[in-house]
Amino acid sequence: MNIRNIFRLGIKELRGLVRDPIMVFLIVYSFSHLIYTSATSVPDALANAAISIVDEDQSHLSSRITSAFYPPYFVAPNVISIDEMDTRMDAGMDTFALDIPPDFERDVLAGRVPAIQFNIDATRTTQAFTGSGYIQQIVTSEVSEFVAHYRSAPSLQVDLAMRARYNPSLDPSWFGAINSVIQSITILSLVLTGAALIREKEHGTVEHLLVMPVSATEIMLSKIWSMGLVVFAGSAFALVVVIQQFLDVPILGSLPLFLAGSALMIFAMTSMGIFLATVAGSMPRFGLLLMLVLLPIQMLSGGMTPRESMPQLVQDIMLFVPNTHYILLSQGILFRGAGFDVVWPQFLALTVIGMTLFWFALGRFRAFLR
Amino acid sequence: MTQQADTGRDTIAEVSSLGLRYGKTVALRDISLALPAGKMLGLIGPDGVGKSSLLALLAGSRVIQEGEVHVLGGDMRDAAHRRRVCSRIAYMPQGLGKNLYPTLSVFENLDFFGRLFGHDLAEREKRIDALLAATGMSPFRDRPVAKLSGGMKQKLGLCCALIHDPDFLILDEPTTGVDPLSRRQFWELIEKIRADRPGMSVIVSTAYMEEAARFDWLVAMNDGRVLDTGTPAELLQRTGTGTLDEAFIVLLPEDDRRGYEKVSIPPLQGAHDKIAIEAEDLTKLFGDFTAVDSVSFRIRKGEIFGFLGSNGCGKTTTMKMLTGLLEPSNGKAQLFGHEVDARDMATRRRVGFMSQSFSLYTELTVRQNLILHARLFGIDEEEIPGRVEDMVTRFDLAADIDSLPSALPLGIRQRLSLAVALIHGPEILILDEPTSGVDPVARDGFWKLLGELSRRDGVTIFVSTHFMNEAELCDRISLMHAGDVLVSDSAEAIKASKNAETLEEAFIAYLEEAIGTPEEETPPPAPEPAPQPGRRRFPDGAQSTFSLRRLYSFFRLESLQLRRDPIRLFTALIGSVLLMFVNGYGVSMDVEDLTFAALDRDKTSMSRDYIQDIAGSRYFIEQPPLESHAEMDARMRAGELGLALEIPPGFARRVARGETVEIGAWIDGGNPLTANTVSGYVQGMHADWLQRKAREAYGDAAIAGNFELVTRFRYNPDLQSIIAIVPAVIPLLLLMIPAILAALSVVREKELGSIINLYVTPATRFEFLLGKQLAYVALAFVNFLLMTFMALTIFGVPFTGSFAALTLSAILYVIATTAIGLFISVFISSQITALFATAMLTMIPGVQYSGLIDPVSALSGAGRIVGEIYPTSWFITVARGTFSKGLGFEDLSQAMTMIALAIPVVLGLATLLLRKQAR
Repeated sequence: MNIRNIFRLGIKELRGLVRDPIMVFLIVYSFSHLIYTSATSVPDALANAAISIVDEDQSHLSSRITSAFYPPYFVAPNVISIDEMDTRMDAGMDTFALDIPPDFERDVLAGRVPAIQFNIDATRTTQAFTGSGYIQQIVTSEVSEFVAHYRSAPSLQVDLAMRARYNPSLDPSWFGAINSVIQSITILSLVLTGAALIREKEHGTVEHLLVMPVSATEIMLSKIWSMGLVVFAGSAFALVVVIQQFLDVPILGSLPLFLAGSALMIFAMTSMGIFLATVAGSMPRFGLLLMLVLLPIQMLSGGMTPRESMPQLVQDIMLFVPNTHYILLSQGILFRGAGFDVVWPQFLALTVIGMTLFWFALGRFRAFLR
Repeated sequence: MTQQADTGRDTIAEVSSLGLRYGKTVALRDISLALPAGKMLGLIGPDGVGKSSLLALLAGSRVIQEGEVHVLGGDMRDAAHRRRVCSRIAYMPQGLGKNLYPTLSVFENLDFFGRLFGHDLAEREKRIDALLAATGMSPFRDRPVAKLSGGMKQKLGLCCALIHDPDFLILDEPTTGVDPLSRRQFWELIEKIRADRPGMSVIVSTAYMEEAARFDWLVAMNDGRVLDTGTPAELLQRTGTGTLDEAFIVLLPEDDRRGYEKVSIPPLQGAHDKIAIEAEDLTKLFGDFTAVDSVSFRIRKGEIFGFLGSNGCGKTTTMKMLTGLLEPSNGKAQLFGHEVDARDMATRRRVGFMSQSFSLYTELTVRQNLILHARLFGIDEEEIPGRVEDMVTRFDLAADIDSLPSALPLGIRQRLSLAVALIHGPEILILDEPTSGVDPVARDGFWKLLGELSRRDGVTIFVSTHFMNEAELCDRISLMHAGDVLVSDSAEAIKASKNAETLEEAFIAYLEEAIGTPEEETPPPAPEPAPQPGRRRFPDGAQSTFSLRRLYSFFRLESLQLRRDPIRLFTALIGSVLLMFVNGYGVSMDVEDLTFAALDRDKTSMSRDYIQDIAGSRYFIEQPPLESHAEMDARMRAGELGLALEIPPGFARRVARGETVEIGAWIDGGNPLTANTVSGYVQGMHADWLQRKAREAYGDAAIAGNFELVTRFRYNPDLQSIIAIVPAVIPLLLLMIPAILAALSVVREKELGSIINLYVTPATRFEFLLGKQLAYVALAFVNFLLMTFMALTIFGVPFTGSFAALTLSAILYVIATTAIGLFISVFISSQITALFATAMLTMIPGVQYSGLIDPVSALSGAGRIVGEIYPTSWFITVARGTFSKGLGFEDLSQAMTMIALAIPVVLGLATLLLRKQAR
């Protein structure tokens, strides 16, 4: 193995990349604007929720309740008749519908504990869950304020002091930003190396390389280091400039430790990119294959939704995917300030997976060149 | 110089002031021609001079930019005229089998074309049998085109062109790269067909001047212009030359000819015993196919050794074995007396290789290419500039040193390839068809360089070619056919051994000897389906604007192709099921089995009661208790705990006294989504606990509120995310994957060139699109059934509404989504772009504006408008309505109407915007 050849071929890859404006744009965009927007546009759990109100009471209290719903959490409520309520819900036009019964205000003041019917379209689960809590709170506080001076109930004086560690305000943009970096690393590592290999095969240049004093391992390593470096530089930039400077996300742990983990992850993913490219053989097939591979990797590796809520089998299978370990590692280091003593199992796992993918890809690569 | 023939019956086509450009490149400049009818016309000139463009314009496959083209007595700008005459014209584009479908068998290809021209089954069988018999292809009826040799592909291409008895046959380089025997058979076949159908005109472009010499009338072209026209004899006479090759060079403008001299390479002198390359019984098997069959030869040092043979005869494979690119299955190859070993880097430094197509980095400049190769060959850094300088002077590259290769003409790129192959001063040079497509002047210049290298520098040159005149320049040649070397000797000796006048004749003689007698001429002059009097040559529907048969033809074509491409088929069949599985579990928002531990500083029955409430819920799993804050910090940092509780000392005592106490709860905020859910659960459980304790202490009345909020989680009472997600994921997957596959099916034809079959046959755009679409509609429907089945079984989503309504809507919906894919494909010409563009363009409105998360009614602005018309919005309503809300036809009629309305709109737009000609 000749280090100088690996270096020179890698430089050649970089030169080629610079001449591909679309790829360059994709890289720059993925590590800057995309991360910024996906962090800042993570919506609050409830936004513009569609609510309708059937006001059979027409009292002061009922209109007080109606006017308590306003943007940005809710759209201005539609006041509808009782007959419309079911059809609108069936057609999926409303997520929430409140039915305030006749004589509601009178009954409340008389202490008769009247019932408001609260319908939720539970086919929109996320909104249904968070929204029902909100709406319950809003209605309760409106009613309580209204009747505040009438009665007061005894209660136990036990408070619950709830504190969120590592992200005290539970700002979703922190997690969103880091997740978006991880996604960019995943996609670009796969696309850049895979495309570099297929382009070389389609242009016939790979044959040319092979008659020169260059080995398959050197060719593969050159692609891994050059494309890996691009992704690494991009992710470091995203972390230091975009996340720390622009998004003001505090990073608790050691940045060098995290970057070391990123390098391992990139090594594993670029090897996987080469492997997939050898399976696909041509650009369009590579694209189709990517679609089938990327989505499961991203959805099931714990970045989108917690691993704990997936079936055990899925969790176990996903242990073979680098992302799973990388996400654990980055959450540990960046948010919880974990050191190497804590995250070493993830480092180990990434190294083992990376090496395995590399050898696997190298075997396929040699066969692919024939 | 143009000959003016009488217009009218004597001409098959006239062209006047014709111009064509591709972006900045000018392909044709002001061409005027009158092509005589009933003749065999030849179009000669090197690659890239506009021959193919001219033929495409004559065939009506390309849009006319400037000037006039009249074919068969009508204006080819007129779509109605094209429609009328397209079944009288046959066009065979350049490139071996470019308009054929490689995964389809010989019969299936012919059958496809037969259907396009409206023949019924009996008619097709009859014609196909006749054509296959006439061309000797009958034994290969069921072989996939991809597995045919070059010669056979050409014959099949011709069969496809002849299936509808054309009056005007347009053949673009039909014989390039085909062995001389197949070539001769090809021309004999054409002669025979012309004899049977004397009225037929044929125009052929060719790179072989020997062939052109046999044609009736020639057009010589260069640089988008016509140099001269006339019979071969007239051209020779006018230029005062002996061969068409020479005549062509004389016809070239002064500038292009400058510096040209006829190549001659002096005979090899001196050391005859040193062997540079030796092959002994070299054999290569690919599966059960023998690509090279025990080939042996020895090449002396300094010799120019030629390999002459057709495409696919094993030339390239042999060369690859010599360079170590391929491992021989048997036998051995030696360079300088050492066996070729792929790992032997030292031998590689002594060899230079130039592969068939231009294969240098187009993203590096000429200089960067040279330097990179020099470095990879391990030349000392300080020597490199000198070497590069040498190569640049020797190969005359100075003017283009900083250009990108893709911007250079073919001839210069060829010189660059040679310079790169020579940068490290190799002793052996292996060249695989180095001059294909290069014009004669550049080609002779190239051979002059080879001559110098061999004679002056003593470089051993091993070159393959399919041009006879190049082969004659070699010291010795091997004739190759189907993996065998037929003979190895000097050109003179080979000619002498067969008493042949030309090398070509000698080659043919050897070929005939190898194959046996010239192929069994099956039943004499073929029952070539000559038109019978009183019978219409074109069956009903051939020229109509809609034909069910043509539609079916495209449907069948697409189905067959799909069945034979595993990755696409897998995506089409299993892709959505896999992604549904992933989504079903991946998007699940249910948080369960969260880890928690408590730091109980009170240790009373009340504190244990509190902890037990949490530990006993299905959301939390209790971990070993905590002993200190330090332990809590450590375990939370390691991600072991999602929640930590601290119950203060004296908790029970102080509660009993009515004092205010505070329980501490720490949540891991690393994932805010989970943290929010945890916080909700804990607060809920805390409130429950308080209420329970209050009831125990003060009785029921104490906890009654002002009012009661009767919450009904409708359609999904347990708030299971799977029930919510699955019916919404089905519409998304039925949108994305069918749309992508439909888009790819059209763009693929554009990229591979078979879209020409739409341009030059009576097929209409609507038939083309709808035929392809139906295949994907059928697949998408199967997918729909699979996904619904999964939803009901694996995910256990209850189904409450009308299944018939869901199914009918699904059929309408997949017709609409595949139509969207076709619509997008109209604008795109590369498959990879089509893939990503379709994914983005369908999914963004699908996810954001289709009421997946918020109802469309809650959107505003453009998003609202998109949401109101996008079929996905309506199908999500149907899917949720039928799965969870117990709805039927009546409730969903509006949604179904909206989905149905999208179909004619999108499909109509796609049909209108798709081009029936190349632009």
